[in-house]
Amino acid sequence: MAAFAAETGVHLVAEPRSGRFAAFARRFDAAGYDAALERRGLRFLPRSAPGFPPLLAAIHDPPVGLFLRGSSCLGLLGRPAVAIVGARACSPYGAQVARDCGRELAAAGLVILSGLARGVDGHAHRGALEAGGATVAVLGCGIDRDYPASHRDLAAQIAQSGLVVSEYAPGVEPAPWRFPARNRIIAGLAAVTVVVEAREASGALITADLALEEGREVFAVPGEITSSLSTGTNALLRLGATPLTSPRDVLESLGIEPPVPIQLSLGEAAQAVLERLRDAPASADVLARATGLDAGAAAAALLELELAGLASEAEGVYRGAT
Amino acid sequence: MLARAVTYALVGLEARRVEVEAHLPGGLPGFTIVGLADRACQEAKERVRSGTRSAEQQWPRGRVVVNLAPAGLRKEGSGFDLAIALALLAASRQLPPDRLARHAALGELALDGRIRPVRGALAAAEAAGRAGLTQFLCARESAREVALAGVQPVPLRHLAEAVAYLRGEGDPPAGALEEADVALWEEPFFPDLADVRGQERARRALELAAVGRHNLLLAGPPGTGKTMLARRLPGILIPLGERDILEVTRIHSVAGLLSHEHPLVTAPPFRAPHHSASTAALVGGGPGPRPGEVSLAHRGVLLLDELPEFQRPALEALRQPIEDGLVSIARAGGQATFPAAFQLVATMNLCPCGARGDPAAECFCSPQRLAAFRDKLSRALLDRFDLVVTVPRPRAHELAAGSSESSEPVRQRVAVARAHLLTGRLERVPEAGELLDRAVDRLPLSGRGRRRAARVARSAAALAGSEQVLPEHVAEALAYRSPRELAPL
Repeated sequence: MAAFAAETGVHLVAEPRSGRFAAFARRFDAAGYDAALERRGLRFLPRSAPGFPPLLAAIHDPPVGLFLRGSSCLGLLGRPAVAIVGARACSPYGAQVARDCGRELAAAGLVILSGLARGVDGHAHRGALEAGGATVAVLGCGIDRDYPASHRDLAAQIAQSGLVVSEYAPGVEPAPWRFPARNRIIAGLAAVTVVVEAREASGALITADLALEEGREVFAVPGEITSSLSTGTNALLRLGATPLTSPRDVLESLGIEPPVPIQLSLGEAAQAVLERLRDAPASADVLARATGLDAGAAAAALLELELAGLASEAEGVYRGAT
Repeated sequence: MLARAVTYALVGLEARRVEVEAHLPGGLPGFTIVGLADRACQEAKERVRSGTRSAEQQWPRGRVVVNLAPAGLRKEGSGFDLAIALALLAASRQLPPDRLARHAALGELALDGRIRPVRGALAAAEAAGRAGLTQFLCARESAREVALAGVQPVPLRHLAEAVAYLRGEGDPPAGALEEADVALWEEPFFPDLADVRGQERARRALELAAVGRHNLLLAGPPGTGKTMLARRLPGILIPLGERDILEVTRIHSVAGLLSHEHPLVTAPPFRAPHHSASTAALVGGGPGPRPGEVSLAHRGVLLLDELPEFQRPALEALRQPIEDGLVSIARAGGQATFPAAFQLVATMNLCPCGARGDPAAECFCSPQRLAAFRDKLSRALLDRFDLVVTVPRPRAHELAAGSSESSEPVRQRVAVARAHLLTGRLERVPEAGELLDRAVDRLPLSGRGRRRAARVARSAAALAGSEQVLPEHVAEALAYRSPRELAPL
């Protein structure tokens, strides 16, 4: 039944009595179907299978099954997962928060879930990959599609160390209404959802709403009240979402002990720059003036911090790690 | 009744000897020029006829045939006029032919007989010098270029002067070089660094670029001083050496950019073509190839303001000259190689609307538009910038502050460091190498990126007066690597 629903795109609750289903069931060869998928490096996990993630099965409208790409074992979907979602056209701030969250939470052993979209989604996936952690991308199109096309390499990397999943059979085109439907799977798979940056009425807010409906924890990253990219997240906070002040908040809510940070020996100049950087993001020139370093020494100190993962640069502005 | 004159045709930067043979076979009046002469060259007939009359010389009776040998070489332009006129006059025995044969001649004739300068006099004079011709008949304006090649110029204002000189009448016009009215070594004017407020990081990068002749990319929102900074680079470069002066002057001579007042290029040239420039304008081209902007910027600076606005083919064509320091152009009309060892400085915004990177503005560029913008710059091209600096918007108090360091002390530092860089060994200490390896693992850095960082680190060490490349120099060099956000999405 699950294969029929997935292949025809029909929404099913119980076995239909149509002649079309009867014909499909008569011709359907479960082993052959799986083998055909297998040859393309794909798998199908029907809702009735024992490996189907219980959290996803518990939502009020679970998919009939999931197509999987990647060789990781199914246990990955059952592990505690955190969804990191947000705007496609994110700011450097959003990109950095998404990446840092992805990296730190993956390093703590959580599975990072997101939608493979540009912007926040892509940065969350990349952060998890950088930490060598597990990440799962949920697609809003056929499992064999790479959408957006510019994330083809990213999808391949995710499939190698994690999983790419979709409720849609191979060949299904991306369509606007499929993405909100995809969001319910992201929200359903995740124990915690983090919204990094979202405009009003954006897809990330749909994910947050769905997560709240299922009674899952939702974190929102506070943003500047003057930025339209933060209106959605700040509205969530107003409605009572938990503000995310550090990736550790997520670990705390899940009762996971955060890993002890490695104490790095930083040079004197780098210490001074880091001190200043903790107050506010700043350009290299501002940091140099504040610390009294010349431009060359400040550049060297900032690189030291970057290599230590304590700072990052985007569009000429340096930020301290969250 | 036959006579010969020697002149030169330009093929790329090289001048090829052309013998102008004039023959007066008698018969019906007429004037024919043979030997693959182009249109401008065919039109020499009218100029030579009028010019000769204006010089109060007899136009030969009967048929006039002029051959430009070698007949297989394409001849373009008006530089053959003088030689044609003199060969004709020698053929009709109004001039001594044997005396003419010891001279080279180059110049265009006006209808009133005056002699006008043509491009490429330096290259032609050098070729004449190599062939053992020690006297060079040319326009007064070209005399300085000819003298530069070590050949004795015979500066002429009018065809009549040439005739008088060759007949041995009157004073030879060789003394006409008036040194006083030409500021030969005049310092060209470059804007001063003191005009730029703040932007210490970008200034530092500019200084490093001057020391190591590194290619520099300045990115950032509009109005942050990117172009201002870029235009101040030539002012902190060290002046050209003697060999470079000759080489650069030759290119500018072929391009016809020299004037009587500025016959020599003594400072590093600075070229800033507009972003509508075609591929041929940038790298050179044309039926008989002419040097493009990259060659005119040889030993100097090529500024590409608003880099992503240039046509992509034009930008990609820059890759070979950047790597090899020269550009080879093949055309049906001939093949030419021009030197193009320039230093590339480019500026760009971070997105099409320009708001990115400006905290006070919000960028509304769609991801597609942004991707199309960044697609203009291939990884391969971005990889060729040793230094990439994102220039932030200056704060109000920086703009209000007093003036910053001016160009002169910076240039002195650069000169010392450059000498140190070229003579010192500057080896990397092991810790610096380890830092470089660690950076390759942690940062998005390609193999070429690693090499570039190593090069910039050497410049930083030279500027610090250090004998070795220390970790701090490598760290600084890595801070100017090309950032992730400039790559195609």
